Amino acid sequence: MKELQKQYTKILADYIEEQTERNLYIGQNFIRQLLQKNIAPEEVINIHKSAVEQIIEEFPVELRYAYDFLIEVMVHYGLALSEHKSLLQQQEEMQLELQVATNIQNMILKSHVPKIDGVDVGMISVPARKMSGDYVHFVDDGNQYVGIAVADVVGKGIPAALCMSMVKYGMDSLEHSESEPSRVLEVINRIVEKSVDDNMFVSMFYGRYDVETSLFTYGSAGHEPAIYYNAATATYEELDAKGLLLGILPDGNYQQHEVRLHTDDLVIMMTDGVTEIRTNLEMDAMAKITSIVSAHRTESAQAIVDEVFKELEKMQNFELSDDFTLVILKKI
Amino acid sequence: MNDKSSVEIVTEWDIVAVRQLGRNEAKEIGFGTVDQARITTAISELARNIYLYAKLGEIEIERLEDGDRKGIAIIAKDQGPGIQDIRQVMEDGYSTSGGLGAGLPGVKRLMDTIKIDSVVGKGTTIRAEKWLNV
Repeated sequence: MKELQKQYTKILADYIEEQTERNLYIGQNFIRQLLQKNIAPEEVINIHKSAVEQIIEEFPVELRYAYDFLIEVMVHYGLALSEHKSLLQQQEEMQLELQVATNIQNMILKSHVPKIDGVDVGMISVPARKMSGDYVHFVDDGNQYVGIAVADVVGKGIPAALCMSMVKYGMDSLEHSESEPSRVLEVINRIVEKSVDDNMFVSMFYGRYDVETSLFTYGSAGHEPAIYYNAATATYEELDAKGLLLGILPDGNYQQHEVRLHTDDLVIMMTDGVTEIRTNLEMDAMAKITSIVSAHRTESAQAIVDEVFKELEKMQNFELSDDFTLVILKKI
Repeated sequence: MNDKSSVEIVTEWDIVAVRQLGRNEAKEIGFGTVDQARITTAISELARNIYLYAKLGEIEIERLEDGDRKGIAIIAKDQGPGIQDIRQVMEDGYSTSGGLGAGLPGVKRLMDTIKIDSVVGKGTTIRAEKWLNV
């Protein structure tokens, strides 16, 4: 501290004598040093006071009192500053933890896109924040069925991500791909209702495709309807089924319906992060999505979902306001 | 030998009285201007806590001596509602809550050590010490 005091007194004395820009620049560099050494604001005032006392002969006592007053007042600024610093450090630590949690989530929730003759599946899922409240689960046990679950926790971020782990373990307990969609939704509903917080709800669309009969059977728990693209007529149709959100009542009743797919037909499943995108156009999001899909319908399922994401992302200036998940199943 | 003197905190002016007492002691012990300001600010925070939330209590100022080392201790005692979660009260960001115990992280920064004993419904005793660097 004595050394700093000496340096400061010299710098201040030089300035009082010369008043050049050079003096000021040297002063600034010196302050950088003080910041680095965590010198509190009240301490800086005290250094300044001592320097002034030394430089100016016949330093009036009133001025000394004035400085003492400033020191007193600055103690509170010093407190606010050091609290701010420590909060910043905590934030950094949390960011780091969050990154680790994200990696763990990605590991837990990873589900491989099924590769089966006769069907082509494409998928994209991008979180709005670090952790996602969307989840896609594929059930593919090498049988004649492929199961696809697309789920969305009401909410975002860490709480949603934690809740999603429950859904994942529920799906794992089902194992078999031949399970009926209405049955799958009933089971997951019971798990979510029992083990997740009362004001956390999950919407889910479950579809099961039978490779042999080309039947796509589906049910929905309050989820965004899927879209069926009929290649023969080049028309789109909503696939919706009645059912309450998962986690509201212990005994949910879920309807199921089916549609027969023909070559080049598509089933497009998504979360509301896709449909609620603000397009800034006359067109609503759904019309935009179908127009992109139509333009790329001859490409692979993965190429189509990538294209839809690319265009919608561009449309919102690369800022996602909600988790974005899109799955396309294409009969080939 | 440790000298002690105390001020009961009943009205807002008692805060001023205990600040004065603390500053005089700090000055006599040999603390510099900046440390005097810090000690007094810590006393002020603790006294305000009593005045605003506990309604009744006292602050004791104690001179510390340990061989060649000298220091000061502030002891705040009250029969107020007590602090439920001391860990939370000591967390940064809590000082802005304005509730009971606000300002304790500040006291911790201004002084060298702080010790809190609190029983919900019975009251709180806080002891904060600062030693003179020789």
